[in-house]
Amino acid sequence: MPDKTIMIRATRYDPEKDDQPRLQSYEVPFYDESMVVLDALNHVKSHIDGSLSYRWSCRMGICGSCGMMVNGTPKLTCNAFLRDYWPRPVTVEPLNNFPVIRDLVIDMDDFMHKLKSIKPWIIRKQELPLGAGEHRQTNEQIDEFRQFSECINCMLCYAACPVYGLNSEFLGPAATALARRYNLDSRDEGLKQRLPVIADSEGIWECSFVGECSVVCPKGVDPAKAIQQTKLDTTMRFVLPYGNRE
Amino acid sequence: MDFETYDVLVVGGGLAGIRAAIAAVEANPRVRVGMVSKVYPMRSHTVSAEGGAAAAIGPGDSYETHAFDTIKGSDYLADQDVVEAFVREAPVEVIQMEHWGCPWSRNPDGSIAVRPFGGMTTWRTCFAADKTGFHMLHAVFQTSLKYPQITRHDEAFVTKLLVEDSRCIGVVALDIRTGRFDAITAKSVILATGGLGRVYAFTTNGNICTGDGMSLAYRAGAGLKDMEMVQFHPTGLPFTGILITEAVRGEGGYLLNNQGERFLKRYVPNKMELGPRDIISRAMITEFEEGRGFDGPHGKYMHLDVRHLGEKMIDRKLPFMRELGREFVGIDIVKDPIPVRPVQHYMMGGVDANISGETEILGLYAAGECANVGLNGGNRLGSNSLSECLVFGAAAGRAAAHYASSAKAVTANPVDAMLWDEARRVESEYLEKKGGAERIGPIREEMQREMDAGAGVFRNKEGLSRLARNLGGLRERFEKVKVDDSSRTFNTEIVAALELDFMLEVSSVIAFSALAREESRGAHARTDFPERHDDRFLKHTVAFHTNTLAPRLDYRDVKITHFQPQARTY
Repeated sequence: MPDKTIMIRATRYDPEKDDQPRLQSYEVPFYDESMVVLDALNHVKSHIDGSLSYRWSCRMGICGSCGMMVNGTPKLTCNAFLRDYWPRPVTVEPLNNFPVIRDLVIDMDDFMHKLKSIKPWIIRKQELPLGAGEHRQTNEQIDEFRQFSECINCMLCYAACPVYGLNSEFLGPAATALARRYNLDSRDEGLKQRLPVIADSEGIWECSFVGECSVVCPKGVDPAKAIQQTKLDTTMRFVLPYGNRE
Repeated sequence: MDFETYDVLVVGGGLAGIRAAIAAVEANPRVRVGMVSKVYPMRSHTVSAEGGAAAAIGPGDSYETHAFDTIKGSDYLADQDVVEAFVREAPVEVIQMEHWGCPWSRNPDGSIAVRPFGGMTTWRTCFAADKTGFHMLHAVFQTSLKYPQITRHDEAFVTKLLVEDSRCIGVVALDIRTGRFDAITAKSVILATGGLGRVYAFTTNGNICTGDGMSLAYRAGAGLKDMEMVQFHPTGLPFTGILITEAVRGEGGYLLNNQGERFLKRYVPNKMELGPRDIISRAMITEFEEGRGFDGPHGKYMHLDVRHLGEKMIDRKLPFMRELGREFVGIDIVKDPIPVRPVQHYMMGGVDANISGETEILGLYAAGECANVGLNGGNRLGSNSLSECLVFGAAAGRAAAHYASSAKAVTANPVDAMLWDEARRVESEYLEKKGGAERIGPIREEMQREMDAGAGVFRNKEGLSRLARNLGGLRERFEKVKVDDSSRTFNTEIVAALELDFMLEVSSVIAFSALAREESRGAHARTDFPERHDDRFLKHTVAFHTNTLAPRLDYRDVKITHFQPQARTY
């Protein structure tokens, strides 16, 4: 083993054997300044203990698989650098606020249902035929929704959200941001269909202006803004004359 | 025993797979479609595609030039009828993606914008900034949620294709969360499992790109075509292999050696940075060998320089590159050159399939990177693969739905026995095995090192023979592998073992196919046979499974329509 090592403490939990999750420590060689927490987990799995379970794929911050709590903060482990923690140990746990399937693997079925519930597709009264070509949309119109379209569904915002932690009925940051992404798209006419789902969902009014979701987002999405805008939309729905309620 | 049954079953949830699923439903709304993916669909490796999707929609563009560029880029190994059909469908598919919400970057008048790309003679690459694959995948996945006919099986790993009387009737899949083996039957099955980059150590590909569909089809008796044709992208970040998009050069970035020289003037003088990937990767390795690379802690590299483009343009068109530079290299590409070197990126080879995605096995289809429909030949042009996923995903979906509409239903009788046999095989080979001193990780790492060394940018007989031999040794060690994890719940080690089994299989096919092609064509550069030999090798290699590691190799003529092979210079 090279001189420099780092201590990784990872959650172990196998529902077939364990009543409670526990932390297990592994000493991992820290041989390159470019190493990330995910590299350390991969070293454990390849060379120390093949039974450690976690999800990962792209290792470039875009597939959204490898979100975990790193020293208590929700992070993509593929861009959480060991050099920022060494020589202290790194504690890696499954994302907060989710049921745990195994070790570092969370159950995100709840989000998958919520994603579908907000109808995340273009809704139009009349679909444009393919032969008519593209909808005209300027880059400025794309800028209206661009940041909300950058969500990689990594679940860090849910792990950081105090409201979701207390009430899992809350639609939550990412799903609200994605609803906003479609509502702001100049090609879309589905606001009226989505608003009841997003505005009347439990929890949206409990969302304080804490904005932890926006702080932890690795892609610069601001779900807190989406939630506040949604509240405003909902309020406007009741104060605007009938014809303008879209 | 109960099992799920569908009309069409799609294996893989990336761009080709989801496009196929939607096409099947739109072709026939009564068709029930299942989609099995080993990850949630939005994690599929399409998500990492950056630069764009090619389609002849720009002013002054034509089908003919897109076809010719693709065929020349393929070093004449593409089937020209397939290319001609592809270039006609690609613009339709790009518009379809637009209607499904893909945020394509636009011209000032609101139409879809195009950018230059390598090997293309005109601007024809549609893009969503530099996260095109991400935006396309999320758009198509989210759109797929509106079809009640599509049922997903997320995080299920297909271990075997069910084939009866030469007809594919479904799959056996391991439900990763519960450890249960399920038979999922269907009248037709579409493989859309992506590439195999993880057989190499230095690759842009994500951890999930392990050649599953290719190996499944090969073992079921289908051919694997042109497996010697492996693409190395010129610009990967040293150490991680993270992709720096070709769009960086498309937008005007320079490739510089340690003399500060745009060295491509010696290799592709008319194209410079917009030459095709195979030639630029070879040029970089040659420069390294002649002492004109930079030396870094992770080997030799070149500079990719965009500083002259300015911050505003970089933020508009290459924001993800700036983010990757900042986060993974600690540089600001507005102020610093990007260190890059050639990296495994894409597999031209794949499951032998025709223009409709049909394989040699009745009821079995393939699309996307796991397939070889004859589009890419010896070298794929950048931005043709996202379009390929759309065009041939849709074609396979329609063909599979059509076949399913008339095919007879799958009967339960043989399926039960096949499921039982397959579950017993996996359990006895991995879960219940006592003893066995070998571990998965070290075997995988050694395979990856061997592939980098033997089947890289340049190959020769000696290296490929050694590779084939050493892969045989690794296969023997793999037989003695011991899995630490005995749990049924989310056992990622057994998934890794199954993936390694597949990777060793396809690696051998690459080695033997490459050994037999005694010429240089496209990405297959033999130092011992530096010339292209159309008389012997204007042919597809088709590899079939045998009882040994060496496949039986067959050769098939390339389809030529309008473009006679010429010397390939740029």
